[in-house]
Amino acid sequence: MKYESQSVAKLYFIAAIGLFVGQILFGLILGLQYVMGDFLFPEIPFNVARMVHTNLLIVWLLFGFMGAAYFLVPEEAETELHSPFLAKLMFWVFLVAGALTIVGYLAVPYATLAELTGNKLLPTMGREFLEQPTITKIGIVIVALSFLYNIAFTILKGRKTVITLVLLLGLTGLALFFLFSFYNPDNLVKDKFYWWWVVHLWVEGVWELILGSILAFVLIKTTGVDREIIEKWLYVIIAMTLITGIIGTGHHYFWIGAPEYWLWWGSVFSALEPIPFFMMTVFAFNMVNKRRINHPNQPAVLWALGTAVMAFLGAGVWGFMHTLAPINYYTHGTQITAAHGHMAFYGAYAMIVMAIISYAMPLLRGRRVCNSAASQVVEMWSFWLMTISMVFITLFLTGAGILQVYLQRYSDDPMPFMVVQEKVAVFYWMRELAGLVFLIGLLLYIYSFFIGGEEKTLEQKV
Amino acid sequence: MSEVFTKSVARNIFYGGSVFFFLLFLALTYQTHEAWPERDNHENLTDQVRHGKLLWEVNNCIGCHTLLGEGAYFAPELGNVYQRYGNSTEAIKAFISSRPKEGVAGRRSMPQFNFNDEELEAIAQFLKYASEIDTNNWPPNIQG
Repeated sequence: MKYESQSVAKLYFIAAIGLFVGQILFGLILGLQYVMGDFLFPEIPFNVARMVHTNLLIVWLLFGFMGAAYFLVPEEAETELHSPFLAKLMFWVFLVAGALTIVGYLAVPYATLAELTGNKLLPTMGREFLEQPTITKIGIVIVALSFLYNIAFTILKGRKTVITLVLLLGLTGLALFFLFSFYNPDNLVKDKFYWWWVVHLWVEGVWELILGSILAFVLIKTTGVDREIIEKWLYVIIAMTLITGIIGTGHHYFWIGAPEYWLWWGSVFSALEPIPFFMMTVFAFNMVNKRRINHPNQPAVLWALGTAVMAFLGAGVWGFMHTLAPINYYTHGTQITAAHGHMAFYGAYAMIVMAIISYAMPLLRGRRVCNSAASQVVEMWSFWLMTISMVFITLFLTGAGILQVYLQRYSDDPMPFMVVQEKVAVFYWMRELAGLVFLIGLLLYIYSFFIGGEEKTLEQKV
Repeated sequence: MSEVFTKSVARNIFYGGSVFFFLLFLALTYQTHEAWPERDNHENLTDQVRHGKLLWEVNNCIGCHTLLGEGAYFAPELGNVYQRYGNSTEAIKAFISSRPKEGVAGRRSMPQFNFNDEELEAIAQFLKYASEIDTNNWPPNIQG
């Protein structure tokens, strides 16, 4: 750690990992409810558990992004953070607001929560992923703006690099597009249309800038490749991201009441969305092959390569599979969507956060470069357990989805939804088992932080 | 190649491409607004339907169901439930109000929300309104 104020990142990373555990536990509850419909009913109905599962995901990734920014911006800008105090204060504000929201979901019926938090004054609740009470949303905006202010002023007073610039653009876009969560017109078509300005323009737009910039930072640090080369790659990748991804929003406008021409715009541009992810994979492997140092933090390199590959598979390949309008006509809103969502989020966003944590955490905890060999071995085991089980979760959901599409949508004699759900139950059971393996991987990941021992040797020239 | 394709060329493609395609997106959005009156069933957007949408939201129906394919995949699609229930708002109301409080042993069940008659009617009218949006002929069949 080169700058004292980078240490605030540690708080954010610890919170991120803690909330990640919560997300997975609720994922397991959901998986079980798919096959044992009355599990925890009526105490924790499916909709509540799902809300907790997805909201925890978003919040822990945001904690991860913020931690990443607080760690890498001072180092890139070669200066202390503008205000470490503000960073710590906002950490607690965000954590308490997040925790209260989750407690609210679990403690009272959702309608009661809406009433208690004055949803009537400005109704924004009850839309997928944006279920947070309006006051929580306002809290998120305050936290995001304070965070942006802190990061922007740090960058302004220090060295400006492409990595920090792209990160700042991504984070600004994140804050800006979140404002659309406050726009909830009565007209359902408009509601859905602009809901995607948050959801799609986040995950298939500005978040990819954040992903690219964190990945570039980790690769510079762990490979020693010339910054000029890495920065050029970064520009090309994010250029392709936005060139394909902005109009690619159209693949959500096929069946929600938007005009027919979106079938073309959405299909063509979203079919190109895998390109930046493919480039990211080529980029990551190229940089590691051209490395000038053998960095002793092997898990960090593994996560960096892993995120590139899994983002390409999950977001790129699994996205492409059902993005063309004639195919999406049958697959829209089925388990195919769930399969894609799981691998894409894990590959692109969970793994990049784990990559930066893996690189930064040993430094934040006072080690010279990395963890002991024993700790690294366990962390790499956890990488493979989580990643392979996520591949299986995705494959099982895809199996369920293909059957569902055929039985419910495509065959000559379409069956009702619930009948089909029972027919594909074996896939849900297998998904639940894979989910358990994922949890074991995650616990092993946490355990790896508590393994001490001699640090591995310092970096050497290749 | 690397001499011609420099970092600043890459940077310019990024800025130029992003701005161009965002402006194109805004133009398409404007065009979409122009096209909506023909498709979005706004003429049936009554106060009752508005109330129904609010109830739909504050009870987090999207947490289990899909509506026009968006939401959770735990319970049936509701964008065409009005047609599936024989074009009957009464059938929708009867289903919602008859859910057992303690669920159904071993099976998925919708919670009992204890809606009054006015609320039930509003939700049913909201689902009827949603079912009449022009969705490019989606879903493929009555099962949703």
